[in-house]
Amino acid sequence: MSIPVEYYLIVSTLLFFIGVYGFVVRKNLISILMSIELMLNAVSINFVAFNRFVYPEHLEGYMYSLFVIVVAAAETAVAISIIINVYRKMKNIDTKSINELKN
Amino acid sequence: MELTNLAPIVLALPLLMFMIIGLFGYKMTPKFSGILGTTAFSIVTIVCYYIALTYFFGSGRLADGSMAKEVIFNFEWLRFSENLVISIGFLLDPISAMMLIVISTVSLMVHVYSMGYMHGEEGFQRYYAVLSLFSFAMLGLVVATNIFQMYIFWELVGVSSFLLISFYYTKPSAVKAAKKAFIVTRFADMFFLMGILILSFYTQTFDFGPLTEVTNNHVAIVSETMGGVTFCGLSVISIAVFLIFLGGAGKSAMFPFHIWLPDAMEGPTPASALIHAATMVVAGVYLVARLFPIYFFEAHDVLTIIAYIGAFTSLFAAVIACTQTDIKRVLAFSTISQIAYMMVALGVSGYEGNEGLGFTASMWHLFTHAMFKATLFLAAGCVIHAVHSNEMDAMGNLRKHLKITHIAFLIACLAIAGIPIFSGFFSKDEILVAAHEASPVIYWCQTLVAGLTAFYMFRLYYRIFWYNEPDYGHHTPHESPANMWIPLMVLTVYTCTSGFFPFTEYISPDLMGFESHIHWNIAIPSVIVALIGIGIATFMYKKKTEYPDKVVACIKNTYHYAYNKFYIDEIYLFITHKIIYKCICDPIAWFDRHIIDGFMNLLSWITNKTSLEIKSFQSGNVQQYAWVFILGVLSIVALTIYL
Repeated sequence: MSIPVEYYLIVSTLLFFIGVYGFVVRKNLISILMSIELMLNAVSINFVAFNRFVYPEHLEGYMYSLFVIVVAAAETAVAISIIINVYRKMKNIDTKSINELKN
Repeated sequence: MELTNLAPIVLALPLLMFMIIGLFGYKMTPKFSGILGTTAFSIVTIVCYYIALTYFFGSGRLADGSMAKEVIFNFEWLRFSENLVISIGFLLDPISAMMLIVISTVSLMVHVYSMGYMHGEEGFQRYYAVLSLFSFAMLGLVVATNIFQMYIFWELVGVSSFLLISFYYTKPSAVKAAKKAFIVTRFADMFFLMGILILSFYTQTFDFGPLTEVTNNHVAIVSETMGGVTFCGLSVISIAVFLIFLGGAGKSAMFPFHIWLPDAMEGPTPASALIHAATMVVAGVYLVARLFPIYFFEAHDVLTIIAYIGAFTSLFAAVIACTQTDIKRVLAFSTISQIAYMMVALGVSGYEGNEGLGFTASMWHLFTHAMFKATLFLAAGCVIHAVHSNEMDAMGNLRKHLKITHIAFLIACLAIAGIPIFSGFFSKDEILVAAHEASPVIYWCQTLVAGLTAFYMFRLYYRIFWYNEPDYGHHTPHESPANMWIPLMVLTVYTCTSGFFPFTEYISPDLMGFESHIHWNIAIPSVIVALIGIGIATFMYKKKTEYPDKVVACIKNTYHYAYNKFYIDEIYLFITHKIIYKCICDPIAWFDRHIIDGFMNLLSWITNKTSLEIKSFQSGNVQQYAWVFILGVLSIVALTIYL
């Protein structure tokens, strides 16, 4: 017995929109970063699921999901370092406080 | 030496000097820049003399006895169409060769004189740079092979005149005078350009060669292309050449464009001697002389108008000159009067043989006038140098202190008054003969002017060199240094001798030359009139008397009008300020400020308001952007699904 493709898609859609919601409403930079990771993971699930159900004899979908994981790791490293610098300067990581270039 | 190789030096060297002294003058000592300019110009003078003398006494005389019109070089500068080409060239004919001598002599003397006169002035190098520019422009003007080259150099002399009048640019009056001179002459030059355009539109050429070639009493190219064409009932030829004459009237300070010349005396005196007495102001006369065949054969009515304008101007300026107290202004009005004399002579001239006497006399007077008027100005410069004032009241009895200047001034005064053996007598006599043959009105007018000239020149002479000595204080006037009185002496020699040169054999409208002799029936009355003028001046001004005041009291109103130059300046101001500014410019300015600017302001106001309103969209908040972006994507998705 196998799980049908729709289940995967429902999970990935939920995951994606949770990410979108978090990205839009959260004020904490770390939370925003986590939301972005959620969206990326939703995409990875889509890649893997479609590869499994549509082209079982190919491996591209798996490869892409691995790529996404690698890129996400790199991106997180960069983002975290930026956030640390922001924290050092501002003493907090609220998006509202990062408006130095405004006006 | 070949003239082809020499002629370019005449134009190139002054231009080069202008560039060198103008660009690097601030690195030179004033003395070095002066010596450099003078040395270079003396080379130019030698070349000019060589060219002119070779022409007059050698290559110029053709086998049939007429004078040649040689084009030494002529290269294409701008090509508009197949026929319409502007060239820069070097034309050698009797009048341009004569002008080469006039310009180089006076300019060299002024170069030398200025070393003394301008000594220690701020901007000495600038003065020499502009002097070189002027010499270049004036030489280029007289040797022009086509009317457009003449126009280019015509504007260049205008610019250098502007720069020299405004030499003391910290003085508001000098700035005003320079502005006035430039605007008035520029205004007249606009007519000149219009005339050139009309003429060249029909004839399809700028070249003086075809434009002055006479066949069967017609200038073929002009009469064939323009003959019979009328505009508003006037022949187009007359309109074109009259417009060209107006350009000349501006430069030569003919009524009503004369107003700039007296004010131009704000410039340094040697520059006035060169530009506003000897060379630039005769450019208008030279222009009419250059196009004389067109005026004579194709537009004789215009030539008559020129004669009357000249006659009126000469009388008008002579009357004003009698009342002025600034010595340079007296000389300026005298210049206007004498240039008008030359215009009269051109206006009454005939063409062939003896009838061309007026033309010859005009050029002759141009030559002698350049010499004696330059002498007068340089002598006036010595006087001003000695007493540090332009006003007659600050002078008197200077013959004791300035012996050399006194002699030079006296000789030049005798020459301008037309006393025999001095140069002015000969040229003035020829002009009067020509006027006598043409019209008795002009003849009597010019004889009267001759008397007035003698009167005001000797009034000036006596007021400066005799009269009662004012209180000079502890600063006794002293003679100028040698580099000032030597040029003065050289010009005085020219003043004495240039009457004896047989001008009529070399310069005539048909280039053939003719014999001339003194017409005693004309000369004796004019000399008597001049002597009367001198006599009255001696009587009134040799010592301080009450006669001048009495005369003034008798003709109070007339004197007042003349003293204020017949209010011509005020009329100009009235017309420009009260009529043109108030009635035309102010409404236009209002329209511009309120309607056109208002419309533009409205546009910017709308833009400003709109952008203020929509400014808040661009908050800089990335999350808000993402929110809008997502909503946009969702709505596009919804649209594609449900439509």
